[in-house]
Amino acid sequence: MMLVRRFEEKAAEMYARGRIGGFLHLYIGQEAVAVGAIACVGPEDYIVSHYRDHGHALARGVEPGPIMAELFGKSTGVSKGRGGSMHLFDVSKNFMGGYAIVGGHLPLACGLALASKHLRNGRIVLCFLGDGAVNQGEFHESLNLAGVWRLPVVFLCENNLYGMGTNVRRVSAEPEIYKRACAYNLPSEQADGMDVLAVRKAVQKAVQHVREGKGPYFLEAVTYRFRGHSMADPELYRSKEEVQQWKGRDPISRFQRELEERGILDKGTLEKLENEVEKTVREAQRFAEESPDPDLASLHQHVYKE
Amino acid sequence: MPEITTREALRQTLREELQRDERVIIMGEDIGAYGGSYGVTRGFLEEFGEERVRDTPISESVVVGCGIGAAMGGLRPVVELMTINFSFLAFDQIINNASKLHYMSGGQINVPLVIRMASGGGSQLSSQHSHSLEGWYAHVPGLKVVVPSTPYDAKGLLKSALRDENAVIFVEHIALYSLKGEVPEEEYLIPFGQADVCRQGEDVTIVGYSGSVHQAIRAAGMLAEAEVEAEVINLRTLRPLDIDTVVGSVRKTGRAIVVEDDWRFGGFAGEIVSLIQEQAFDYLDAPVARVCGADVPMPYAKALEMAALPSEQQIVQAALAMR
Repeated sequence: MMLVRRFEEKAAEMYARGRIGGFLHLYIGQEAVAVGAIACVGPEDYIVSHYRDHGHALARGVEPGPIMAELFGKSTGVSKGRGGSMHLFDVSKNFMGGYAIVGGHLPLACGLALASKHLRNGRIVLCFLGDGAVNQGEFHESLNLAGVWRLPVVFLCENNLYGMGTNVRRVSAEPEIYKRACAYNLPSEQADGMDVLAVRKAVQKAVQHVREGKGPYFLEAVTYRFRGHSMADPELYRSKEEVQQWKGRDPISRFQRELEERGILDKGTLEKLENEVEKTVREAQRFAEESPDPDLASLHQHVYKE
Repeated sequence: MPEITTREALRQTLREELQRDERVIIMGEDIGAYGGSYGVTRGFLEEFGEERVRDTPISESVVVGCGIGAAMGGLRPVVELMTINFSFLAFDQIINNASKLHYMSGGQINVPLVIRMASGGGSQLSSQHSHSLEGWYAHVPGLKVVVPSTPYDAKGLLKSALRDENAVIFVEHIALYSLKGEVPEEEYLIPFGQADVCRQGEDVTIVGYSGSVHQAIRAAGMLAEAEVEAEVINLRTLRPLDIDTVVGSVRKTGRAIVVEDDWRFGGFAGEIVSLIQEQAFDYLDAPVARVCGADVPMPYAKALEMAALPSEQQIVQAALAMR
């Protein structure tokens, strides 16, 4: 969680300095969801993500340097500078991509799960989605298909209360998102997305259900992003008080407090961790800066697989 | 060589590939218990079972998306969509995922998926079941678009599609399902990007694909009576496009007509015309002509529908006007 937080702060800084282009959607505030959830699956399992995907990639163990290089649009980026912030891919880690059409990646998660089931390789799929995705047709089609074919997939909705700048309650007839899964006969639950242990506990249960061949599982993690939707967001749709209130529930300080109270973490260890994270992020930045731009002659490379 | 229908050629191919490769699965609406809306997959459910022949909900988007994901996960899925007109419900998956994933992932992911869809008019199915929209897909880098016109094409091209590493849009003209033609018993593959010159001639080149090839051949027969010898080219695939064969022919004949069922304005025929003028301008003795579908939603009434589709008479008139 500390690595995700520091990485994102650095990315924001690099964006402000013009090193990163396009949209940049930061994961700050939501760290407990990616970290708590990805801890519950194995390296053979598939992760499918949305456009706010840096945190998922880092939690999965994708190297920070190539992620930062991708944000910089460098040839050493995880997607060779072709994907950018919203499309991080690392198939060697079974990190099957970030997708930027809201809800459009759920069908792919179904397909990966179908392949696993067909090949009997025991892999499951952990598919992250945002609250904005739940009103897309592809969400409903996917939950139905996963349900009827009993596909090994965990759908994890990160409800950060806003689809871009629109509050969930203004666009969802049923704002308790986890309840929607019952229409497709999926077991579902809501978890505190600001508490990494609560997320882990909920996802462990979901993963066990899916591994036992009982079909898909739906989870809603209620969370909050502390920064704007993207770097271009003036945040006119929510109050400073609301943001402050949620910052009071910061998942990182909360977990630190808990570890300190239990005597697992002391000040010295925390400082050491902070230094390590700082060093990793600095190295990622240096790697990105020193990497070459993509060769212009490679423009047409990877349109088709030969 | 045995004579079989296009439907049977497609069925043979799918059956052979299902037998050959465990990773091949077929998904679609009513392809199993019902046997397929055009009967291509009849008997497959009994032969291969529910795991490999999957009836799906009427949810084109997730069906195609699931096919993409399954391809990413190591399968070789074939998705059947009842008509190309319904494929627009899956447009997001085809355009935003299937065509782009290899590129977006820097070459890490590829999508060996075949999406079969019926296309074409002439059966009084009206505006939402009758259009020929393959040109829309041919516009998209990352996709391959296959447009067979004979049972021989259908089998050889579908085999190639199933063994391709990329997403293939495989278009089956509804008027051709019952068309008979010779198909070898031994296995053969037709590579993509190789057009077939199905009639030789010196006076005018007629370019067609899918259903329009047969109109072009009939028109060529009529033109021969007027002592105009037409060369007829069956494109077989729109992407990759064998423009070399077209240009080579036009350099010989000096005249060209492009025929397609799709709407004229902004259509694929315009692309071919453009390529011809870029690569054979000095050889042209007349402006390149297009014979295309009328720019209207397909009407139901038989006479209106016929008036909206290209005809061999229009091709003949276009050729004679070039003399």
